[in-house]
Amino acid sequence: MRFFGLRAAVLALAVVTVTFSACNSSKGTANKPGEPASAAPSEPAVETAGIKITGSDTMVNLAAAWQEAYKKNNPDVALQVSGGGSGVGIAALCSGTIDIATSSRPLKDAEREKAKINTGKTPVEFKVGLDALAIYVNKDNPIETISIPELAGIYGEGGTIDKWQDLGVDNKACPSGNIVRYSRQNSSGTYQYFKEAVIGEKGSYKDGAIQQGGSSDVVGAVTKNPCAIGYSGMGYRTPEVKLVPVSKEKGQPGVAPSSETALDGTYPISRPLFLYTLGEPEGNVKAFIDWCMGAEGQAVVEEVGYVANPKK
Amino acid sequence: MIETIIRLCGWSAILFVFGIFFFVFKEGAPVLWDGLDLVQFFTSAKWAPTDDPPRFGIVGQIVGTLSVTVVSMAIAVPIGLGSAVYLSEFCPKQVRESLKIVIELLAAIPSIVWGFIAMMVLGPLITDLTGADSGVNILNGSLILALMSVPIMVSVGEDALKAVPDSYREAALALGASRWEIVSRVLFPAAKNGLLAAVLLGVGRAIGETMAVSMATGHATGLPKSILSPVQTLTATIAAELGECPQGEPHYRVLFLIGIVLFVIAFVINLTADVVVKGIRGQQHD
Repeated sequence: MRFFGLRAAVLALAVVTVTFSACNSSKGTANKPGEPASAAPSEPAVETAGIKITGSDTMVNLAAAWQEAYKKNNPDVALQVSGGGSGVGIAALCSGTIDIATSSRPLKDAEREKAKINTGKTPVEFKVGLDALAIYVNKDNPIETISIPELAGIYGEGGTIDKWQDLGVDNKACPSGNIVRYSRQNSSGTYQYFKEAVIGEKGSYKDGAIQQGGSSDVVGAVTKNPCAIGYSGMGYRTPEVKLVPVSKEKGQPGVAPSSETALDGTYPISRPLFLYTLGEPEGNVKAFIDWCMGAEGQAVVEEVGYVANPKK
Repeated sequence: MIETIIRLCGWSAILFVFGIFFFVFKEGAPVLWDGLDLVQFFTSAKWAPTDDPPRFGIVGQIVGTLSVTVVSMAIAVPIGLGSAVYLSEFCPKQVRESLKIVIELLAAIPSIVWGFIAMMVLGPLITDLTGADSGVNILNGSLILALMSVPIMVSVGEDALKAVPDSYREAALALGASRWEIVSRVLFPAAKNGLLAAVLLGVGRAIGETMAVSMATGHATGLPKSILSPVQTLTATIAAELGECPQGEPHYRVLFLIGIVLFVIAFVINLTADVVVKGIRGQQHD
């Protein structure tokens, strides 16, 4: 208790020092987050220095990387990043509790309506890049290509493909020969998108797939299990897993997931990544989104493993 | 004054139970008159809450919970009661004290740590030994639950056996009973209630446990094919999905309904225990 008190005192002293030095130096340089409000009135533009970003699990890595990079040049803007799933972010945006929702799927009409009813503002969409959903298998699996109908046969309700042999693959590393399906929990945007892109809008997943809580968990599980197959963002690849080239129809040559194939549309499972704001963004939020869409932000998109917007 | 406070403490338990039930029911109930297909809820194993239209069948989860509980009890009851008998009847005094400390330590391990052990140690072991397709399955969950409930069974069971007066043991010895006869014919009948309580505490832990089980069983929807299939339990479903589904939507409400189902299961188990214990007492008085 005594120790804590001492710490608090030192901290308060430090804050006071910073406040004074901020007042002495030229305005608008050192408005640290958490600083007492007394210093703020002279700088109304940076007073609301926090930006809350919530949403897609797929985009948590990206948003965190943006946060890191943005902090270097804009130390006075505090970004709060959290995940939970696209649906969670959109729900929070619609009730007006956050500034930016990240989403790996476009907004539904019902959600636009809800935002309008709750807050009187229409959500505005920003496409910040593409995510190619890769099909992961164990590196000992000899499979060379897989088609969308085959994937539907593996993952979809009523699908009959349960063994590697059914795909014509002699997977010696897997003694039982069973295809062990890894999937995501049902609130995940990746789960929804994979279903729509592979099984079909009205389709449903086959029972018995092991559900993982996060994108990297799927890749981790596939790394260890020679019988496994899983789907996850291309950005989660590691040297210890294999990415299977995918074709639209059986018999066609498979296309490996990459920036080029996602951008030119030849890779069949890729999707846009969005940021949503309530109404046209202003002030800090606008500055941040402009930065994300600009050269620096887009470089981060590439770094994290996603596909940046095509250069104009 | 003090008497009033003590009385209030006693009555508060009832208040809490009804309060919890009321709030869980309040969150879950609207979906009942909002067109939830109850027949599908209790008879279908298809759990697809984010499909269009959503399907809410919890047979898979009920089977998951029951299978994990039954298998874990099949492992834990003999071990737990066996250890309790050993500790109270056969064990030298010094050994007993140190063993009890270790067993209490075992009971204090947080469930997330057990889950970690399930994933990292038991999982690979099970795949190697049985050739299962994945390490997360009913067997893994059951072993972890057995390990988690044994310490509770041992402590409660040992107390129950210790509570049997020494005069019973002495009388049995005087009649020429062997050690095994003392345990099976004298101690078990005399300590029946306490031992039953020990087992039921274990069952309660198995049904209610969430974190370790969700890490060990793999979250697969549908009916398991064998003991080596992954399953989803009632508790794990709530834990995995509640935080991420929009508040007030049918999916959210159905998760609270699952909470009510768990509540009912716990209630039935306790009630059965009460009836059984009363039955035993009745026989003893005859």
